Amino acid sequence: MTGSRKLLIFGGMALAAFGMLYGLQYALFVEHQTLDHMGGSLAQSFSAAANRNLAQSQDALEQYGETKYDYVRQVDAHSHWIGLAMLMIVLGVIFERVNFSEGIRQVVAFSLLAGSALFPLAVILQTYHHGAVVLKALAVVGSGLAIAALAATAWGFARPLK
Amino acid sequence: MPAIPRPMPDSASFAPTNSARGFAPNFASGFVLGFEQMSARRLYIFGGIALIAAGLLFGDIFAVFILHQNAARQAEALIAASRAVAAGNAAAVNEVFSHLGILLEDRGTKVDSHVHMIDAGYLALLLALVQPYIALSRRTKKSLAALFIAGGVLLPVGIFLIHYVGLTGSPFAAIGWASVLADSAGALLIFVLIVQAWGFWKYLRSRQLSEPELPDEDSMPRRALLTGGTILILLGFLHGAYYAGTLLYEHERMETAILQRMINAATAGNLDIATIEINDFGNLAGARAVNIAAHSHIIEFGLLAMMLSFVQPFVFLSEKWKRRWVKLLLGGSVILPVFVLLELKLGLLAGGIADIGGLMVIVALVGMLVGILRYSGGLDAAVRGATEGAR
Repeated sequence: MTGSRKLLIFGGMALAAFGMLYGLQYALFVEHQTLDHMGGSLAQSFSAAANRNLAQSQDALEQYGETKYDYVRQVDAHSHWIGLAMLMIVLGVIFERVNFSEGIRQVVAFSLLAGSALFPLAVILQTYHHGAVVLKALAVVGSGLAIAALAATAWGFARPLK
Repeated sequence: MPAIPRPMPDSASFAPTNSARGFAPNFASGFVLGFEQMSARRLYIFGGIALIAAGLLFGDIFAVFILHQNAARQAEALIAASRAVAAGNAAAVNEVFSHLGILLEDRGTKVDSHVHMIDAGYLALLLALVQPYIALSRRTKKSLAALFIAGGVLLPVGIFLIHYVGLTGSPFAAIGWASVLADSAGALLIFVLIVQAWGFWKYLRSRQLSEPELPDEDSMPRRALLTGGTILILLGFLHGAYYAGTLLYEHERMETAILQRMINAATAGNLDIATIEINDFGNLAGARAVNIAAHSHIIEFGLLAMMLSFVQPFVFLSEKWKRRWVKLLLGGSVILPVFVLLELKLGLLAGGIADIGGLMVIVALVGMLVGILRYSGGLDAAVRGATEGAR
């Protein structure tokens, strides 16, 4: 098994296991509370408005917005880790069909692994620092690495075998 | 990968039980041996494609008969909530939100059933690919495959039933029987994956393949699926990056702003304005949903195409028919996400075309499934029987 294939298959398996474990702990300890809080905040916002307490209504609505911001990113990061890991494993099975030298294949495989790990991590970190530009930039770099690696892979597949 | 030094002690006999006479003359001999009738690999491939086709069909039915109707009921609930706010009736507001929770559960469990059925199918295909590297006995691998397919069926069925069964007859305070079924099926899948990992660990120690590796066939259907699948995933990545960069944050800001205006209008007793805001809220939810659906569907179809490229040598059809199914699958894989996106501009017409795209993928999958089924020997026997009868 070539180095690039090992990187993709074992890296993908490790990333998938990490993503699943992260999702499991989130589902067990955080998700239900978050969903209750999200639904409760929205209901409270309307309920406070019905009682003509507009300050409390607005406060509850802001809480709803912030909770949803976190929830969407937590779920997205978990599913992107696992999805990208599955893609890496599938690519690992046939990576020798990517018609480049092994050196270039290793660079492509490493870029995909780095991008797949970094992009969801930066998304999760945004839940601790809402709107932080550095974290947004990190997510862009991570997704850019994954996109560039996949574009190179597509090109490698399309090149005719010698 | 190393060559097979010797078969596993209790592995399958490599003597073919069924031939593929008349269908595929250009097979690597080792592959036919590893794909004998009812092998674990065949169970995973057949079950995986069937699960994906069933999940897609369920998604199509859900999109046509439930999705839009459910969204309309959510809008009605928000109108009722606005009226309750205008009337100053906090108890009615809470009642409406309880009802809204039930509507969201109805929608959510159906989406989850659709997603889990397809994902179990993907995992089954992935497991089919790695079977040569799972150093377990043939019987154990077959049992695991049967358990996995059973779990892959029961998990979405359990999730689907959660909304209908609720807590009826349940001894638990918050978990109903349908949840128990879904969780048990999920545990079954995890158990199978753990045993597979153990089998892989045994392979790493012995370096002995338990069955022949996948044949390295270089055919047009295989290349088209591989390249097409990679391009579909790439397009999905690019669309996701565009959505995250230009629309995600704007949509998040818009959601709270619309809700704020809705509440303000209802508090002021202006129900007409509140209704307009509810419509805007629905449109925003629709815009988010179609973007996320297009992004996820194009990537899922790309991954599916890539995995199907591996199993093409197992599809016992003529080259012409294999090409037809591949074109249909790739065509549907482009049409569905593109027209899901266009639903915002073209409305239900685009939705209908997207459903046809989904149907194209389903038909292509069923076509390939028939090709895999032909290897069961049933049709071969019929052909042989007819030939012998004619003599």
